Amino acid sequence: MSLPAFATDMTLGARARRVAEVAAENADRVDQEARFPAEAVDAMKAERLLGIQVPVSFGGEGASIPEIAEVCTILGQACAASAMVFAMHQIKVSSLVEHGGDSEWHRDFMRELCARQLLVASATTEGGIGGNLRNSICAIEIDGNICRLTKDATVISYGAHADVIMVTSRAHADATPGDQVMTVFKKNQYTLEKTVDWDTLGMRGTCSDGFIFKGEAPAAQIFPKPFAEIAAQSMLASSHLLWSAVWYGIAADAVLRAQAFVRAAARKANGAQPPGVVRLAEASNLLQLLKANILSGLKVYADAKADLDQLSSMAFSIAMNNVKLASSETILVIINQAMIICGIMGYKNGTPYSLGRHLRDAHSAQLMISNDRILGNTSTMLLVQKPDTSLLG
Amino acid sequence: MNETIRELLARVGGLPVAVTELEDAADLYAAGLSSFASVQLMLAIEEAFDIEFPDSLLNRKSFASISAIEQTVAQILKAREAA
Repeated sequence: MSLPAFATDMTLGARARRVAEVAAENADRVDQEARFPAEAVDAMKAERLLGIQVPVSFGGEGASIPEIAEVCTILGQACAASAMVFAMHQIKVSSLVEHGGDSEWHRDFMRELCARQLLVASATTEGGIGGNLRNSICAIEIDGNICRLTKDATVISYGAHADVIMVTSRAHADATPGDQVMTVFKKNQYTLEKTVDWDTLGMRGTCSDGFIFKGEAPAAQIFPKPFAEIAAQSMLASSHLLWSAVWYGIAADAVLRAQAFVRAAARKANGAQPPGVVRLAEASNLLQLLKANILSGLKVYADAKADLDQLSSMAFSIAMNNVKLASSETILVIINQAMIICGIMGYKNGTPYSLGRHLRDAHSAQLMISNDRILGNTSTMLLVQKPDTSLLG
Repeated sequence: MNETIRELLARVGGLPVAVTELEDAADLYAAGLSSFASVQLMLAIEEAFDIEFPDSLLNRKSFASISAIEQTVAQILKAREAA
């Protein structure tokens, strides 16, 4: 028996890059066929990336949100749909990690998630609520130790491919629409009847079909905290930050492609610069702005995590909303610049400089939680909130 | 103060239940107070008591119930007296 010549690099970055390689190989097919990125998700499981956020004491690696954001960015440069599946899974795991620690069932479930590398999906959207995830029509029915739920879930991203779905509902039959809970359902505890097909401009591989969800599970699987707290204290921040990290990855890859195009053109023209070269500098400038925006958001979240009052404050919500608004809008400008630089080679599919998929995927950013809704929420808060105008504060 | 807060809550809170039926400690969000209505309520309270909520008190907890609002307002009034 001989020892291997070199050990496999097991740092988080190296594991993410190996998954990204698999994701990149399949990205165009996933997009064309609007199919689930099964190879990339299998690679995530093989590299054991699905449980990294779970604390070490419950079988995970205790990865921080900034570390997970970095993985999202690495994957986002390869295949936006795979990266978004990973991000959405981690957003659900953040609810478990932040709000499930007090419940024995949820602690055991975290161990199971890590051991079996379970992929978690989310069913927050419902027909008739107008896209506001903080309202539910369906109500969970509690019957002794059992809970039952039927939901007209018009969107469950990768619902058919998930091992677990976390579902929001009203807390009981008489609860107001905003009095919600979230419940964990495992695959053998629910049925899905497909109602809506996901045939979209971009992010096609997320397979965000609509379903009638019907579940029955032990009532212990209901999160012990109101969904309002979960939404404000972990979902808001992790969604906006991890989504932004994916989007940054898409834009960063577009800039890399544009730069490669400019470089190749400059070589051929014996050093003469192609017309788009100035735009490359502009795109690089915007990309840095985008990065700074996300990094500052990650810091605000890390600071606020130490203080529950700050986490549920208006200042914090506004800061997270602003991260999402800025990144979702800026990526479109950056990718468009890259497209103009690459010209027809960027517009065409199947060239090393193709940017069609990037641009189409990026268009989802301003719609997943509509920017107009977020602007409306922020402007309401600004009626009473006093902004901190310091530079470092 | 309790009465004024209840009057304002009835006027701008948009709750599906009568404010008279709410206990002081009842969870206003569970009773149906939306985030938009909670901001309207904050503005109305600022106007009625001639105060401004500092940013540190603009959180869910400060407005979770009628008694929480009372405590929040009392805290601001007390700080103003001390100043």
